[in-house]
Amino acid sequence: MKARVHVMLKNGVLDPQGEAIRHALGAMGFDKVNGVRQGKVIDLTLADDASEADVTDMCEKLLANTVIESYSIEML
Amino acid sequence: MKAAVVVFPGSNCDRDLAVAFERAGFDVSMVWHKDNELPAGVDIVGVPGGFSYGDYLRCGAIAAQSPICKAVVDHASRGGYAIGICNGFQVLTETGVLPGALLRNAGLKYICRTVDLKITTTDSVFTQGYGAGDVIAVPIAHHDGNYYADAETVTQLQDQDRVAFTYVDNPNGSIADIAGILSENRRVLGMMPHPERAADEGHGGTDGLAVFRALTDIVATA
Repeated sequence: MKARVHVMLKNGVLDPQGEAIRHALGAMGFDKVNGVRQGKVIDLTLADDASEADVTDMCEKLLANTVIESYSIEML
Repeated sequence: MKAAVVVFPGSNCDRDLAVAFERAGFDVSMVWHKDNELPAGVDIVGVPGGFSYGDYLRCGAIAAQSPICKAVVDHASRGGYAIGICNGFQVLTETGVLPGALLRNAGLKYICRTVDLKITTTDSVFTQGYGAGDVIAVPIAHHDGNYYADAETVTQLQDQDRVAFTYVDNPNGSIADIAGILSENRRVLGMMPHPERAADEGHGGTDGLAVFRALTDIVATA
């Protein structure tokens, strides 16, 4: 069983890397981009009896820093 | 007086920090990240700069979960003294001992130069050796030193006089120019600049030495 965790900086937390990507896209002529946010994807291969609650616990304790980041979980 | 310096795989300021503690009169022992406890009778723990665990996941995130960090958190929660510098500051925020987090520098660049810091409070063992409003020159060397906390936390830090140092000319986008903060009991200091790199004439300046010196006086008379 697998799970995919998306970790993003929270709304309102400045994402300078996303901004740099937006500037680069603009400079390349992609003029329809209003904003870019960059995050992380973490794929977990889990034991068969693992639950989404287990992954939530992992996110809260390690995978995301909830002071600055939000996360979402996809059970695959 | 005993100091312990934590060593993670990837720490690179551990020996500099040990020398600064020694100059200030401490007996220093180095503790390994896999150790479960601090040496008996340690007065202060230093969490050094560097790139613990290669900065994987987030700076300081993996280190914060190491066995020795559990002991450091226990030490701090018992009212013990601790100082986290640079990566050590990141580790202490990741453990929750200090509030907030360190983000990528606003300019995205790794910055390595000497900056001016203003002493924002003298009400701590780390800053009592300075005068209020003094400006000191201390090196910074970081990629992720952009201090962030929500507005409520920043107001609380300011209202409780827990901002220890601010940047005179903010190099990294830190909120409210914050370069270093104190815990609620004022016994834990986290700061991005490196006072241990300004603790010997050979460094080009000794403005950072008082951070360690004042502590010796307090611990000695405690």
